[in-house]
Amino acid sequence: MQELEQLVAWAVSEFESTTEPAHLESIKGRFLGRNGSVTELLKGLGKLPGAERKAAGAAINAAKQSIESALQSRREALRAAALEAQLQREALDVTLPGRGAGVGGLHPVTRTLGRIEQLFRSVGFDVADGPEIETDFHNFTALNTPADHPARSMHDTFYIENAPGVLLRTHTSPIQVRYMQAHVARHARRSPMPPVRIIAPGRVYRVDSDATHSPMFHQVEGLWVDENVSFADLKGVLTDFLRRFFERQDLAVRFRPSFFPFTEPSAEVDMGCVFCSGKGCRVCGHTGWLEIAGSGMVHPNVLRQVGIDSERYLGFAFGMGPDRLTMLRYGINDLRLFYDGDLRFLGQFA
Amino acid sequence: MQFSENWLRALVDPPLTSAELGHLLTMAGLEVESIEPVAPPFSGVVVGHVLGIEPHPNADKLRVCRVDVGERAALQIVCGAPNVAAGMKVPCARLGAELPGMRIEAARLRGVESNGMLCSARELGLGTDQSGLLVLPADAAPGADLRRVLDLDDRVITLKLTPNRSDCLSLAGIAREVAALTGMPFRWPQADPVSPGTDARREVKLAAPQACPRYVGRIIRGIDAGAATPDWMKRRLERSGIRSISAVVDVTNYVMLELGQPLHAFDNALLCGTIQARFARPGERMVLLNGQVIEPEADMLLIADDARPLALAGIMGGQESGIGAATTELFLESAFFNPQAVAGKARALGFASDASYRYERGVDFAGARNAIERASGLILEICGGVAGPVSEACAELPRRDPVRLRGPRVARVLGVAMPADTIEGLLSGLGFAYTREAEEFVVTPPSYRFDVSIEEDLIEELARLHGYDNIPVPVPLAHVAMPEAAEGRRSIAMVERALVARDYQEVINFSFVETAWERDFCANEAPVRLANPIASQMAVMRSSLIGGLLANLASNLKRRIERVRLFEVGRCFFRDAAGDGVAGFRQPMRIGALCAGPALPEQWGVATRPVDFFDLKSDVESLLAPAGARFEPARHPALHPGRSAAVKIGDRHIGFLGEVHPRWLQSYELGGGAVVFELDLEPLLERSVPAFREPSRFPPVLRDLALVVPRGVAADQLLDALRAAAPPLVRELRLFDLYQGPGVDPGEKSIAFHIVMQDTERTLEDSEADATVALLTHVAQGRFGARLRA
Repeated sequence: MQELEQLVAWAVSEFESTTEPAHLESIKGRFLGRNGSVTELLKGLGKLPGAERKAAGAAINAAKQSIESALQSRREALRAAALEAQLQREALDVTLPGRGAGVGGLHPVTRTLGRIEQLFRSVGFDVADGPEIETDFHNFTALNTPADHPARSMHDTFYIENAPGVLLRTHTSPIQVRYMQAHVARHARRSPMPPVRIIAPGRVYRVDSDATHSPMFHQVEGLWVDENVSFADLKGVLTDFLRRFFERQDLAVRFRPSFFPFTEPSAEVDMGCVFCSGKGCRVCGHTGWLEIAGSGMVHPNVLRQVGIDSERYLGFAFGMGPDRLTMLRYGINDLRLFYDGDLRFLGQFA
Repeated sequence: MQFSENWLRALVDPPLTSAELGHLLTMAGLEVESIEPVAPPFSGVVVGHVLGIEPHPNADKLRVCRVDVGERAALQIVCGAPNVAAGMKVPCARLGAELPGMRIEAARLRGVESNGMLCSARELGLGTDQSGLLVLPADAAPGADLRRVLDLDDRVITLKLTPNRSDCLSLAGIAREVAALTGMPFRWPQADPVSPGTDARREVKLAAPQACPRYVGRIIRGIDAGAATPDWMKRRLERSGIRSISAVVDVTNYVMLELGQPLHAFDNALLCGTIQARFARPGERMVLLNGQVIEPEADMLLIADDARPLALAGIMGGQESGIGAATTELFLESAFFNPQAVAGKARALGFASDASYRYERGVDFAGARNAIERASGLILEICGGVAGPVSEACAELPRRDPVRLRGPRVARVLGVAMPADTIEGLLSGLGFAYTREAEEFVVTPPSYRFDVSIEEDLIEELARLHGYDNIPVPVPLAHVAMPEAAEGRRSIAMVERALVARDYQEVINFSFVETAWERDFCANEAPVRLANPIASQMAVMRSSLIGGLLANLASNLKRRIERVRLFEVGRCFFRDAAGDGVAGFRQPMRIGALCAGPALPEQWGVATRPVDFFDLKSDVESLLAPAGARFEPARHPALHPGRSAAVKIGDRHIGFLGEVHPRWLQSYELGGGAVVFELDLEPLLERSVPAFREPSRFPPVLRDLALVVPRGVAADQLLDALRAAAPPLVRELRLFDLYQGPGVDPGEKSIAFHIVMQDTERTLEDSEADATVALLTHVAQGRFGARLRA
């Protein structure tokens, strides 16, 4: 019996002596192989007297099992060690920068236009578009601003050479006219006419250039015409929009009487200065208020001009400057940065 | 419109602070731009009467003055001002006075006691003059508070008036508005008619009664043209931004400011015969008061006498009939000109006058007579003389048609119910004439309102007076019909985001560009040109986005940014007989992009290589997917002739792609060059809706085919030929390798294709696949002299 214990101990120590899986298997042969020690012992059982045979057999089998289990655990240990070594070899410096192309970015004004669209679409506004070279008719006359109207001097207009009555639109309002004309034509037979509910973003042009004026800038026009749209609704929509856009539910918004030839009543929309919270600072000219949009109820002449019954349908319209909204939103202090293509500036809005 | 707050308060004085008054006006639609005090705060300054002057014993430049400040004992004050003289009245800061930046205390100046300070305008913050003491009117009472004497507790209010509110271009007009807003009493200032002291009169005639339906004039004789304008009038004029010129001119300006009626004074001695308002005749010339020589167009209204034109009606007087120092008799004009007759005329001549500004917006046609009486009274008071009787000619004045105002309509437009009694209260507050029947009113707008002609105008008036702030802010209600959402279209934003994901930065460039860009980059010799560009480098409308992108590249290279990847979405402009939207002009949206510098940001483990044609080609393909685009060699003025392609979808030419022509690199400072593309946006927004095709259940057979062809054979030519010849079982035929180099003749190239074959009904035999490859090889051989690569 002692012999067997020694054999097991020897086998275990032999197994432990190697770190090579192939060598381990050859060591295994020495004990469990066809001519291995254990096999030899089992072969020798037959020579034993019957009474001892059973006990001896059991002892040898137990020793065999011990050796096999030692072998198995050694195999696993070696496998684990090999895997561990492989994993260690393969370890990366995960702090190295990732590879591949970078990601670009949208222009900050596009970002703002995207948010404006998203907010207005969420309450059922569609997005409309129109030409930038416009006719005097669509830009002024159809908007109740006939030639020599003093309001025309509010817009310093770029004209196209050798094309009388053709200009660069000074506002996005001509889209109102074009959209309503098309809407009326499309729904000529429907009563009531389906509502017009659009915003129209785009580039506009005025002869003006300094730190706060660019000869090209953006506007977003809004228009809602339906059987029962009121000035109160205009206040509701624009107040809601400004609070959502600036993510400030407590933002103060005020409407005050103003004048636009194509709206009546007309309102200038101010919001509480987002920099000083209305206390007065340089940005708001120490008034605590920022002019943010022009608005009003669509003038009956404009509705009539496009063939909409101004007795039955009412509408409101507004126009606001996404460039200014962008400047206020991100604290940008110079409008000219928008049109300068400077990647150091634009890259901040990725 | 700028004016003295105290002047306004002399007409109507609501119990409001200046700030509250400003807020009231702003919220009523008369936007207050600024409220500025006319003087900084100071105290303890009184009128001092210099009684006597002695030389200072210890200083040449100082004098010792005895100054009467209305008390028994005169003060001894040391003064260094060069203009100090006995008998003059000057500001005297008493001991304890607080001046801007200093406090006056008893002092010894070079050993002489001084009990106060005599002040210059600058020391009081009243201006920049520090050459000497501020000289006060001789009749100022010694000891009187200077702030009261000079009316310094006043503020200048500046309004940014909208063009519809011409009725507020006068102090009385603003006062009328304040009265309506506050309920304070106010009466329009009525001048007492001046009784004629002479029969002298001049006939007036309306030769263009449409343009000038009312003309009022009068002669005033025996005036002293050199009389001094009273200080109070000067002060009010100055605080309105008008310089004092001479007593007569000052009076006409003063009355214009007070009542809103422009007036003009002619030198009556220089006039001849009847005064008439008529349109200009061919060949007439005149010199305006500003020195401008004009030959008025036939649509310009003139004031003329029997001999010549005298003035541009409602705009500016003429030099030859103007008053001067030698004038002793006047002909005073107070007229009504229709806005249409004046509008735009001054602007066409390149200037604006206070008169034209008012006439083109609308002057109260009922006010001419009151204004001439007011001015006559003031002139007689200041310049002396006698007035003749008023001559007046009147034709048909503008109509003020009654306007119907319905209570329920008010509620519908404003979204808030307004009881008829409230409406009535507001109308009478405005002083509008009306009749009422239950909830319906008929309102006759007053002569001074040119902006009230329809019901909505009245509704705005009601809303203004009610207060826009008092209209509720509801959450609007709307029907929630779902909008159309065509799957076959995507938004511009999605296209933009696709490019952003591919490492492009969006820019927005001006739509007007340099003429040279159009010529160089577009070979466009006749671009759409602006008639009035703001600068020569913004003179023409772009027909391509490339010029702007190249300028962006140059400016970023200057900032040491080497890797530049930009895109812009915007309109381009073409003259086109058909046009879209606007006859004669086509203005499609296009998308342009530019890449320069390394293809990838410099990084570890990847060799840096410059971006090339095929990088951008892949970007274009990804933008157009799933539609397959074709790229055909094509020349473009901006691009390298051997490295540029036209981009087509089917037969539609939608844009171009290529390397910038080396000839532009130096002159436009483009560094090592760039690759650009520009596409019509519209095709990128169209996307086919996916169509399902069941995947084959049978295994595909794959073969690669490497062919050696002459170098001049384009890849597309080969692919087209192979695809045309391939039997239906060829599912995919894809170019995956190009080889030129050792083992291939320099006049040839090797192109390798990946061929995937599959049938939907059965498993393909190897032999079928082999036969197909053989067929394709044969076709390539026949068409292009191709052979299998060994």
